[in-house]
Amino acid sequence: MEKNDGKNKKGFQKGKIFDYVLLVFCLLLIVITVYPFLNVLAISLNDSIDTMRNVNFIIPRKFTLSNYTYIFKENNLGGAFAMSVLRTVAGTAAGVICTAMLAYVLSRKDFYFNKLFTILFVITMYVSGGMIPEYLLMTRTLNLGNSIWVYILPGLIWVYNLILMRSFIEGLPMALQEAAKIDGANDFTIWWKIILPLCTPTLATVALFYAVGQWNSFMDTYLYARDLPTLQYVLYEIMEQATIQIDPHAQASDLKNAVSPMSVRMAITIVATVPILIVYPFLQKYFVGGMTLGAVKD
Amino acid sequence: MKKKAKKQKTKFSLNLMWKQRYLLLMSVPFVIWLIIFKYLPLWGWTMAFQEVKPGTFALPLWEREFVGFGNFIKAFTDRLFAKTMINTIGISILGIAIGTVTSIFFALVLNEICFTRFKKITQTVSYLPHFVSWVIIASIAKMLLNDGGAVDTMLNTKLHLMSTNTPVFWVVVCLINVWKEMGWDAIIYLSAMAGVDQGLYEAAKVDGANRFQRIWHITLPGIKPTIVVLLIMSIGGALNVGMERQMLLSNSIVQDNAMVLSWFSYIRGIGSNNYGLGTAIGMFQSVVGVILLFIANKIAGLLGENKLV
Repeated sequence: MEKNDGKNKKGFQKGKIFDYVLLVFCLLLIVITVYPFLNVLAISLNDSIDTMRNVNFIIPRKFTLSNYTYIFKENNLGGAFAMSVLRTVAGTAAGVICTAMLAYVLSRKDFYFNKLFTILFVITMYVSGGMIPEYLLMTRTLNLGNSIWVYILPGLIWVYNLILMRSFIEGLPMALQEAAKIDGANDFTIWWKIILPLCTPTLATVALFYAVGQWNSFMDTYLYARDLPTLQYVLYEIMEQATIQIDPHAQASDLKNAVSPMSVRMAITIVATVPILIVYPFLQKYFVGGMTLGAVKD
Repeated sequence: MKKKAKKQKTKFSLNLMWKQRYLLLMSVPFVIWLIIFKYLPLWGWTMAFQEVKPGTFALPLWEREFVGFGNFIKAFTDRLFAKTMINTIGISILGIAIGTVTSIFFALVLNEICFTRFKKITQTVSYLPHFVSWVIIASIAKMLLNDGGAVDTMLNTKLHLMSTNTPVFWVVVCLINVWKEMGWDAIIYLSAMAGVDQGLYEAAKVDGANRFQRIWHITLPGIKPTIVVLLIMSIGGALNVGMERQMLLSNSIVQDNAMVLSWFSYIRGIGSNNYGLGTAIGMFQSVVGVILLFIANKIAGLLGENKLV
């Protein structure tokens, strides 16, 4: 298209300038998006007292790892990190298996309850009981408060992922299933041996959605399980403290080894962000694939 | 073909259930899960019409005190309610307006840019904040925007972005949200733009339309159905401003302007242990949301646009 523009002499000049305006805009956008992360990273790697001078830099002025050693020693970050990893792994595994299984059943048009079950699930996308009934269900009725189950069970299946998966399975050739049936395979075997291996790309997308959701989840800890803090919750607690806790009578010797709340916060922020940053570049195409697939099928 | 004809007539029979026993085994547990975790809370709406406190929650439904619409009246006359409604609607409308305009604009930029490689990088970078949690975003935002934070230092002024107890805070929240979600929200517009008939552009070029004219007369009308559907959906969720974001970004100074319905429900329901009142606020939010969805849908239909439902 742009090459055609080049043939028109006047359009050529104007078009070129416009292209560079767009380029500059995009560059600006990249800077605005990336700068805060670099800033946080630099503060987390910078000497805590030096940081107080001026927080505006992206290359550590006085490099140190003491902020990180401090948070892992003082804030029991190891435990929170383990909890975050545990819930992410368990929640993702359970979510993917359950979603894939149910999605297969709901893709079977000959299943007697197909319509009914699908509608039951889709309704919950639009209406929900709300925070208080859910809170009471978890903490009082089911007594799941401060139990690892509260991280896994309530969010076991996301209807959005279910629909995504179902429409993918519906797109697979029926012939495979029918052939397997003739060979005497039951429905479970068909799902496990034939459907699942064919679903790998969607499984990856769905797994990523669950994993990011689990890793980033904060409200469930806040509402139901403050005794099982995750990284997100620890960061929240530190943020709350940082605004309240100012000790004007700190000893000079304390100050020397002290790590300022700001540095602590930034170091934890990095610890909580890095896992996502690591997987992100490799997997972003799956995310986007899932997003557009879902949008088209909706 | 045979199956399709059969499907219409299939009747419930034990024989059929036996034949589909594996399918049943693979789905019924999840339906039970659904009923427990998603439908039981809906049943909990009965609490909105009752006086329910921690002591009386364990009682069976019929032994709790019925108060009719008492909880709703209490909610609407609460000293926080008016301000909460104004905040919720204000933040919502501002968020929808700024969010829609910026993500369409960004999608247009990406659609027009001809440096393919660079376009990919920009896109990849722009999605990134979407995958970062609100806690992290709040932590970063506070570092940057608090008094004496990085932005103040950079500009060498005091902007008081996070410490002005006026609707300025709405704008700050909405702009942070744009920073986080613009790239991601643009995906859907971009894919809509990819679906616009390329022949139209060629024809317009032959007719001498310049780039802006092509955007205005072809691209934007081409993605109008998508815009309308997304607008309907966001209007349906207009009252559902998440408590998480508001709570994390606010502080005691700006709290008056950060309070939204879901947070209000939490404070009254769990904070002051008045489960009935909290449920009533949440139910009001849900019911109004559904009504708004239908109204927006109707209006879109009247304007001759694609309807959602």
